Amino acid sequence: MTDSKQTLQLNFQLNGKALEVECEAQETLAEVLRDRLNLTGTKISCEVQVCGACTVLVDGLPVSSCTFLAYEARDKNVLTIEGLARPDGTLHPIQQAFIDEFAFQCGFCTPGMILAAKSLLDENPKPTEDDIVHYMDGNICRCTGYVPIVRAIQKAASGMAKKEK
Amino acid sequence: MSGEKKREFHVVNHSVPRRDGRAKVTGKAPYVSDLKLAGMAYAKVLRSPYAHARIVSIDASRAASRPGVVAVLTQNDLQGINPYYGHAVKDHPLIAIEKVRYAGEPVAAVIAESERAAFEALEFIDVRYEELKPVLTPKEALEKEAPLLHERKFEAGALRGFEGEVTAGKGTNICQQHHIQWGDVEEAFKKAAAVVEGEYYFPMTYAYAMEAYVAIADVNDNGITIYSSAQHPFMVRHDLKSVFNLPVSRVRLIVPFVGGGYGSKSYTKIEPLVAACSWKAKRPVKLQLTVEEAMLTTRSDDAYTWMRTAVDSKGKIIARQAKIYMNTGAYAENSPLVVEKSTNRCVGPYAIPNVLIENCSLYTNTVPASSYRGFGCAQVTLPGESQIDELAAKIGKDPYEFRMQNVAKPGEEFFPKMRPFDGTLKEDLEIAAKAIGWKEPLAKGHGRSVACSGSDAGAYPLTSTAVRVHADGSVTIMTGSTELGQGSHTVLPQIAAEELGVPFDEVNVVSSDTAITPYDRSTGASRTTTLMGSAVLEASREAIQQMVVMAADVLKVKIEEIEVIRGGVRCGEAQLNWSEVISKFYALPDGEVIGRSYIRKSGKFSQLPVFWEAACTGVEVSVDEETGKIKMEKLATVGDVGLAINPALAEGQDIGAATMGMGIGLFEELVYEGPQLVNGSILDYRLPRFSDMPKEVELHLVQNQDGVGPYGAKGGGEASLNSMAANIANAVDRAVGVRIRSAPLTPEKVWRALKDRKQ
Ligand code: FES
Ligand code: FES
Repeated sequence: MTDSKQTLQLNFQLNGKALEVECEAQETLAEVLRDRLNLTGTKISCEVQVCGACTVLVDGLPVSSCTFLAYEARDKNVLTIEGLARPDGTLHPIQQAFIDEFAFQCGFCTPGMILAAKSLLDENPKPTEDDIVHYMDGNICRCTGYVPIVRAIQKAASGMAKKEK
Repeated sequence: MSGEKKREFHVVNHSVPRRDGRAKVTGKAPYVSDLKLAGMAYAKVLRSPYAHARIVSIDASRAASRPGVVAVLTQNDLQGINPYYGHAVKDHPLIAIEKVRYAGEPVAAVIAESERAAFEALEFIDVRYEELKPVLTPKEALEKEAPLLHERKFEAGALRGFEGEVTAGKGTNICQQHHIQWGDVEEAFKKAAAVVEGEYYFPMTYAYAMEAYVAIADVNDNGITIYSSAQHPFMVRHDLKSVFNLPVSRVRLIVPFVGGGYGSKSYTKIEPLVAACSWKAKRPVKLQLTVEEAMLTTRSDDAYTWMRTAVDSKGKIIARQAKIYMNTGAYAENSPLVVEKSTNRCVGPYAIPNVLIENCSLYTNTVPASSYRGFGCAQVTLPGESQIDELAAKIGKDPYEFRMQNVAKPGEEFFPKMRPFDGTLKEDLEIAAKAIGWKEPLAKGHGRSVACSGSDAGAYPLTSTAVRVHADGSVTIMTGSTELGQGSHTVLPQIAAEELGVPFDEVNVVSSDTAITPYDRSTGASRTTTLMGSAVLEASREAIQQMVVMAADVLKVKIEEIEVIRGGVRCGEAQLNWSEVISKFYALPDGEVIGRSYIRKSGKFSQLPVFWEAACTGVEVSVDEETGKIKMEKLATVGDVGLAINPALAEGQDIGAATMGMGIGLFEELVYEGPQLVNGSILDYRLPRFSDMPKEVELHLVQNQDGVGPYGAKGGGEASLNSMAANIANAVDRAVGVRIRSAPLTPEKVWRALKDRKQ
């Protein structure tokens, strides 16, 4: 057990706003978000990078914040579930589709699931069912049997595509 | 119920969006893991490395003087409280006392200013153990010279959930025994036209609620307040009341949203330990287990079953006999009830004239087993539904037709003394078979199966609620039912909105705070829609009755002159909505009316089970003969739910349950090597993922309004799990001709069976 209680000043963009936070070198991004910044939308489950509950986007890419050192996020853009809806409260199309398609029950996997889906659709706006299954395979949901989540992502994709036109 | 059937529904029977939807997709929904109290400290637990050992001494002084440490709790700190708890039998110490009974049992807890400080202090606790011989399987537990896990005697709890005796605490390793018997089994097997017989094993499984067990306790001079991820706050309250010897009124359990339960958060888990930590530290204390620790807290009972089933020459099932040994681990928890339920459910939803089922659960030095979605049914449906197929094959019948011939019929009293069957399994089976293309040609290496289950629901009728109608016409439901994801916060307002004729959006729910919400026994056994739903319906109607009296008072007419219309009342020309009735009554636009209801074991709920939970599942699998790997090609679920208050939610329960069942059929299993759990992490415990789901999934509901719940509803949400392992085993047999009698059907197991078949 190390006794390195060295603290550091961390600067990054969080949900579109510049932020400075003090933390210890060994703290994970999830710890900083949840414990220091009280952003508890990011959930912790397995803590070994296999369930995806803690997924947040760093520079647009999904990371498991349970094992990702906060330090690694310095000077980057971090998006958490709290930053996804518009400031006026309008839900992101993926959030809305999750509600419309009953794509969650307990909701514990949902923030990570929605952020992983966002990164998928940013990268591939018209995914096939196989694309979705392949991309999302790192996110576990124990409640839904996945079927409605796939449907929600498809629905969000087609809704977003229509808007583009 | 026939009057209800004609009715056109405004809000119920519609898939209205989830009430908790917005909170859950924006990350705002509160779970206990997210909460902090002012002045809160954090606990971490030291766990036993040994499966069975005497604690010679514990010295916590070095840990107690570590930086940031507030206190350490061990067996030496329990003077003044009753440290043993358990709703069935009080066999469970809140922290190990004198001995440890499984590897992973809590031995000490450090309370510190931060989780990290608590964690870092754990290694400074010095525990000396004297190892004892561990007992690891039911067979070992039954041996004559087997060491005893529990030397103490303990009494049956009043809230054990069944009327029979509890066997535990009588100087053996037997936790519970139960048997049922009717007809003459020996005679029936003698004259049978065909018999199948076999031994089956259903594994230990882990529910993996993604939110691991968590609780925050604040014990002070006023009493106890606990925020917990518990499914049944009122049952936990009862345990804490007796640990701390307090009146019920001074124990408060609050449950916000729960991150998955599936039975694993039934009854009391870590709450007594956290409360004792807070009591010792004199501060609020939070204990958040990791998933690895949750795996050391509760699992399902694994079951060894010997079974035989017989038919006569006309293909009618005439007898079933089984002997079941269940492994309940170190503490009883809810296993006595699981034993009773699995005994009953061993019969299956079939009218069998000769039955003998004997069941025995044993204490072993493994993680305690307790409730798990399906409640003992999956354990015995693997043998039961496997044997239906084995028998069909033996007499050359199509297994689907064989089931159609034998399943219990609507209204049939197929199980002595129990409620007549209230489902329509033939209809359900037909839908399931059609959905997976039963009669269509099969590709090579593919196989199909349909299977069913019917459970005497464990839902005990003891429920109360208050429905408050406010002066603006909006409504608050006070309910002890916990929102686990199953949708109670949506279904209950649908019922109140239907009854009171107010918009769904204006009905709010306050739930699961034992200081505020009226008593509800539990949130489990698929009870909420049927029992709490009925309570909300009756309380809404009672509120209406009160408002009729008020309206008569306000309009200065006789009560009989008031006619109830949707959302209000009419009297001649005059019409008042609820808001007007209440405002005029109080002569101010404020105040409220409180509708109440008390549900107990009487009237339409007097005969148990309050409903039969029936469902069918159908699967098509393909088997890779090179690797033994099974691929799910199709899945169909048919929920026999009477009436779905919210069809999308009911279907969601079915697919969720079927997916858990599929996991057990294919790969889920907690594995012990000697006394140690070897796959006690999500890295090693394989769970269903997106890519495991079949491409073709069909979800069906059968809604004949044949239940005793609101508008003919019955419970659902467990049953689709129960038949899945048997379904997969049956489909594999039909695909490649090997019969596997244990779950999970891992590639290795299938491959070995294929190899043996070839030789
Ligand atoms: S909690 Fe980070 S991946 Fe599971
Ligand atoms: S909604 Fe519960 S785990 Fe996904």
